[in-house]
Amino acid sequence: MHKITYKREMAEKTVCHLKVEAPRIARKAKPGQFVVLKVNETGERIPLTMGGTDPATGLIDLIFQVVGKSTALMRTLNVGDSIQDIIGPLGKPTHIENLGKVICVGGGTGVAVMYPITKAYKEAGNHVIAIIGSRTKDLLILEDEMKAASHDLRVTTDDGSYGIHGFVTDVLRKILDEQKDVKLIVGIGPVPMMKFLCKLTKEYGVRTMVSLNPIMVDATGMCGACRVTVGGKTKFCCVDGPEFDGHEVDYDELVKRQRAYLTEEKVSMEQFKTAGK
Amino acid sequence: MAEKEEKEKKPKVPRQKMPEQEPKVRARNFNEVPFGYTPELAQLESSRCLQCKKPKCIEGCPVEIDIPAFIKLIQEGDFDGSARKLKERNSLPAVCGRVCPQEDQCEKVCIVGKKDQPVAIGRLERFAADWERTKGTITIPEKAPSTGKKVAVVGSGPAGLTLAGDLILKGHEVTIFEALHKTGGVLIYGIPEFRLPKDIVQSEVNYLEKLGVKVECNCVIGRIETVDEILQEYDAVFLGLGAGLPQFLNVPGENYCGIYSANEYLTRSNLMKAYLFPKYDTPIARGKNVAVFGAGNVAMDSARTALRLGADTVRIIYRRSRDEMPARIEEVHHAEEEGVQFYLLTAPTKFLGDDNGWVTGVECLQMELGEPDESGRRRPVPIKGSEFQLECDLAVVAIGAGPNPLLPTQTQGLELNKRGYIVADLETGKTSKPGVWAGGDIVTGSATVILAMGAGRKAANSIHEYLMNK
Repeated sequence: MHKITYKREMAEKTVCHLKVEAPRIARKAKPGQFVVLKVNETGERIPLTMGGTDPATGLIDLIFQVVGKSTALMRTLNVGDSIQDIIGPLGKPTHIENLGKVICVGGGTGVAVMYPITKAYKEAGNHVIAIIGSRTKDLLILEDEMKAASHDLRVTTDDGSYGIHGFVTDVLRKILDEQKDVKLIVGIGPVPMMKFLCKLTKEYGVRTMVSLNPIMVDATGMCGACRVTVGGKTKFCCVDGPEFDGHEVDYDELVKRQRAYLTEEKVSMEQFKTAGK
Repeated sequence: MAEKEEKEKKPKVPRQKMPEQEPKVRARNFNEVPFGYTPELAQLESSRCLQCKKPKCIEGCPVEIDIPAFIKLIQEGDFDGSARKLKERNSLPAVCGRVCPQEDQCEKVCIVGKKDQPVAIGRLERFAADWERTKGTITIPEKAPSTGKKVAVVGSGPAGLTLAGDLILKGHEVTIFEALHKTGGVLIYGIPEFRLPKDIVQSEVNYLEKLGVKVECNCVIGRIETVDEILQEYDAVFLGLGAGLPQFLNVPGENYCGIYSANEYLTRSNLMKAYLFPKYDTPIARGKNVAVFGAGNVAMDSARTALRLGADTVRIIYRRSRDEMPARIEEVHHAEEEGVQFYLLTAPTKFLGDDNGWVTGVECLQMELGEPDESGRRRPVPIKGSEFQLECDLAVVAIGAGPNPLLPTQTQGLELNKRGYIVADLETGKTSKPGVWAGGDIVTGSATVILAMGAGRKAANSIHEYLMNK
């Protein structure tokens, strides 16, 4: 059992931030790694990337968007409640090194995943430019944190309600036109965002890493639910990833596999809503 | 004197059948297929045992259960005593009575079986264990005084559970680390409820906990802690990791939605209880036309699970012939009774899918048997131009499993073989790394529950000897 010690709702209550007791994981986890959790006895196992860890307090940060029953259920939990099972740290940590200039691009809740990675690149001595974006102002998360974690933060909204009007890729293109010494781009966000971001960075020939979030079950390499095609080869995202060379990923297959249980997810959600009434 | 009388008794009684659910009924529910013997049937069956002076059956058992002795106690009506006798050598009798391939082990060499059908040793084992669990009193055996030594067990499958049970009785402190959220390994995630009810596995683990074994779930060793870190705190480590890496067919289209590894399909259904969706949150694709690739026990389990999840047609597709099918005869028989169809000498060449990325069918080739291969089995050879298509909206790939590299490749000084399995002495379980033992599927490749238990037992003996001389 992992007790919740802190709760904050963000982005018009579509995103929730919990701090949860998981001392061993907090001690071991590195940027880029994730956990799998199961809220209660009848729950499913869902992967979530940690927005941060604190070895001193033994707490890990879970920042998640409410997208289905499990995350909706998690949002109903309060300080003092517990999550039954948390397994981690899983996946390979981000390979952090001092490369020179790095651009970290986060979209939607992907910003939460991006935050510890951005921080780590800065701490490793890189000059870090961060670009974060959302559909609209109220959905933007972690702006202050990302500002502190980078040297130069650009913010975009699709509807122009805040920051630069446009997509993160628009800003990125501009930077790549002006600055020729970018060594690495890290992009984390919705699959379409990562797909278009990689299309762009491929044009400029800049190495790009993405963090993928396919459906997982055990997340220890045992089931293959999370298989993704990278460079024409099947990889297990849970153990080979979650980060891959963004130019090699088959995003269309990933999107289709992510949507495999849409019908069931709807049934689950309906049942949850009815039960809550 | 009693022994003599028993000996003179001729096995006039035929081998007693175990009552079971009707195939048509059971193919639509997840309840266990056989009901088990009643006390009357068990005693009748036990009367068939000749109580041989030199019992062959014990030699046929990988953990050398004193089979005539436990059967004799059933004859005498002392069912609790019979279960205790079983547990002297086998800490998981209710499991083994269900999933051991007795026809290749104890029952294969049973003397009664020479002229008649052999004594139903497995069914009797199951009866005694079930009796103790549900109606009798479970006695906790006496433990040896504490040695102060600590043993870590990685993996809570049959090998790890057996080893833990043995070492705790010898006075050592034992902690099991399990990666999943529930203990039991393949017994929990792999073998379906209708073949091995999960409360049985749970009660076996509870028994170990009563003996003092500590269990820590959600610990992926290799990630949360390395083997070297464990060795700083423990005197010995046993790796009973299982063979948890699914093998795929490597044919085009294999990543379409609706194509599962058997591991994923069974884990969803068994461990996550997706068959009870939406009461449980984990979904599972319910196909109408299901293709299962492979013909081992896991393939049979997958095919029978698909039927229970509402499939109209379930086909086992296997590239060799019936004689080479690795599944237990009983499992094949159960599957056939329930309506699973067999497409033998058939190999898939590619999957077909729709615009949403869902599988719609599979293209196959007819095979014929050629010359024997390295395994001694006749190699299947494709027949040119024999391509044909089968419709399917769900496919399960059950062609075997390999070693999960997560822990082995992260452990320095641990020798692995070419295929990635841990190299360990088959008699002791000792690995190339001091203080580290291994056994079960992670050493031998996918095998049976009882062989893994045998490996756990041998490693327990070796670890005990090592700890007492340390």
